[in-house]
Amino acid sequence: MTPGARACDDGIVAVQTDHEGRRPVPDGAPVDDSHRITQRVTSTRRDPRGAGESTPRPTLRRRRSSRVVAGVAGGLADHLKVDVLWVRVVITLLAGVDGLGVVLYAALWAVVPQRPVDVPETVNPRQRTQALGLVVLGFGLVVATTSFGDGWSGRLFFPASVGLIGAFLVWREADETQRRRWAQGARTGVAEVFIGNGGRGAVVRSLTGAALVLTGIIVLLANSLSLARLQFALLSVLVTLVGAAVLTLPWWLRLVRDLDEERRVRIRTEERAEIAAHLHDSVLQTLALIQKQAENDKEVRRLARSQERQLRTWLYGATGYGGSGRATAEPDAQSPPVAGAATSARTLAELISEVCGEVEDTFAIKVQQVVVGDCEVDDRVLAAVWAAREAMVNAAKHAEVGEVSVFVEVEPAQVELFVRDRGKGFDTSAVPGDRHGLADSIHGRMERHGGTVRVRTAPGEGTEVALRLPRTADKR
Amino acid sequence: MNDTEATQARPVRVFLVDDHALFRTGAKAELSNATGVVEVIGEAGSVGEAVAGIGHFQPDVVLLDVHMPDGGGAEVLRRVRKSHPDVVFLALSVSDAAEDVIAVIRAGARGYVTKTISARELVDAVVRVHHGDAVFSPRLAGFVLDAFADRPGAAPINDPELDLLTPRERDVLRLLARGYAYKEIAAELFISVKTVETHVSSVLRKTQLSNRYELSRWATDRRLI
Repeated sequence: MTPGARACDDGIVAVQTDHEGRRPVPDGAPVDDSHRITQRVTSTRRDPRGAGESTPRPTLRRRRSSRVVAGVAGGLADHLKVDVLWVRVVITLLAGVDGLGVVLYAALWAVVPQRPVDVPETVNPRQRTQALGLVVLGFGLVVATTSFGDGWSGRLFFPASVGLIGAFLVWREADETQRRRWAQGARTGVAEVFIGNGGRGAVVRSLTGAALVLTGIIVLLANSLSLARLQFALLSVLVTLVGAAVLTLPWWLRLVRDLDEERRVRIRTEERAEIAAHLHDSVLQTLALIQKQAENDKEVRRLARSQERQLRTWLYGATGYGGSGRATAEPDAQSPPVAGAATSARTLAELISEVCGEVEDTFAIKVQQVVVGDCEVDDRVLAAVWAAREAMVNAAKHAEVGEVSVFVEVEPAQVELFVRDRGKGFDTSAVPGDRHGLADSIHGRMERHGGTVRVRTAPGEGTEVALRLPRTADKR
Repeated sequence: MNDTEATQARPVRVFLVDDHALFRTGAKAELSNATGVVEVIGEAGSVGEAVAGIGHFQPDVVLLDVHMPDGGGAEVLRRVRKSHPDVVFLALSVSDAAEDVIAVIRAGARGYVTKTISARELVDAVVRVHHGDAVFSPRLAGFVLDAFADRPGAAPINDPELDLLTPRERDVLRLLARGYAYKEIAAELFISVKTVETHVSSVLRKTQLSNRYELSRWATDRRLI
């Protein structure tokens, strides 16, 4: 159990063990329960596959971003826990022994998978320069040993190096494709596994690499064989390749179909796991809390209400699970609207439901909100929302009711907000002069932004605060 | 409500349709507190059962769940409404998503309440739909206002009587959405409660009949269809 999994109570901790390793909330963080649940929810939703990678595991993985050729030496150094320079020196020296280092490097490149994108890596420019020097040195060593060696390796050198450079290009491109796929999530089709989605440049690089490899092979064959035999050999290879392609065509097609099917199944499974994780993090936790607090009526209601609201947003909200804007769901959508800049991108309807939820949670009352139409939030609208919030808070504090209605209507010419309760009401003339809530927070705010306020109330009649804000700034 | 004499004569016979047995039990228990006013005469857990049960019991009011396997409340309405025009449907759902509300209202339900409603309000709603009124929650009023909102740049509508709300109906809906009770709306607009109910009923009729333009555009805007 990691230190982040704080002890809420025995039941919850027992359930949480399967999530250890991804506790974003530090021990003893001073947040209330609903907030804590929200934070954890966003963490699980955003990071479905990185769970296993965050814990250091003794698996050999190639480095991804801080690499010079393919990250093999770096990965090896990380795995063996030695300095990367030593690994590179050893490989360079081995390259002098009939190119053994190069072969070793290539073998590891082919076998060892790359690290996923989630793992952060630091790039060290000095190590990079050193490594580049070593690469050049190794290349020189290979040239030297093969040129001055005996007959066959000298003849082998030119075609082999052309082929190697070609192979390097193709493999590097494959790595890039892999990287892009990591970065963009598993959304690629079968074709993109081979070509990648790096555009024309990727195709050109791959084709150039392939051409170089072929040239290397042909030159090698041409050196060792006479021309007539070469033609025959090439022809037979070509015919064999075509024959093999025709024979295995059904198999290829099936492979493509299977891959697609496998992807579909995997996406579905991930989806299901995500839903399960969400339910675990939200509903189950709340139910456990409710069981513990069963005798505390008010607290149970508060928990149930905030949970209902969160789940509803998740299911039906604009950025919710069933909505179309899921992929762009902001992780901080639940944070309170403090700064104007932070909320400017969102719409009035979202802001209203957020504010209402906040009041619901803080004062343990029900706020029923109805929003007709929608618009962008600017400073003036924000001020009106804050005035409405103050009216809700007043109702929650003074009206002595369990429910407040909020109605917002966005019209082309104006925005209207109504906050109404059926509480005890008050006499507007009898409000003492030292009370600032209504005067400053509501009247003052609205008047500064060119809006009007109308308060209808009488003792025993309930209260309705009507806020009206002309939309001169942004006409739709 | 001034329907007390009528309800005392014969309790409203209610049929419950919900695929969650637990919820049916709970709703029955809560409704049984109002013995003499409403009476639960039967229940069903699926679309098929509901169609058969409504045909057999001939209830006054059907409390209809919106989300059920094989079609949900709208499917029940489609299959029963033609053959039993006298049965009144009140949708009762945990969802207050706009598409659910509008779908079931358009299929012919006389009202829509969410499952967080209190038992007393539920009984009141049942009695009201039984007497021919429409029951609108403030949220539902908001959805309808949204659906019928005439936006700038909208194309002219062919059949104004059918598709558009009158200014008076819109006023009534606005007050409903602001959380006013029918009685309060009547006082606010200086009309009788009966007139308010008439307005609300005609809004409902228009919602069911407006088979094209506004609602379809509204739905397209929200990528519902």
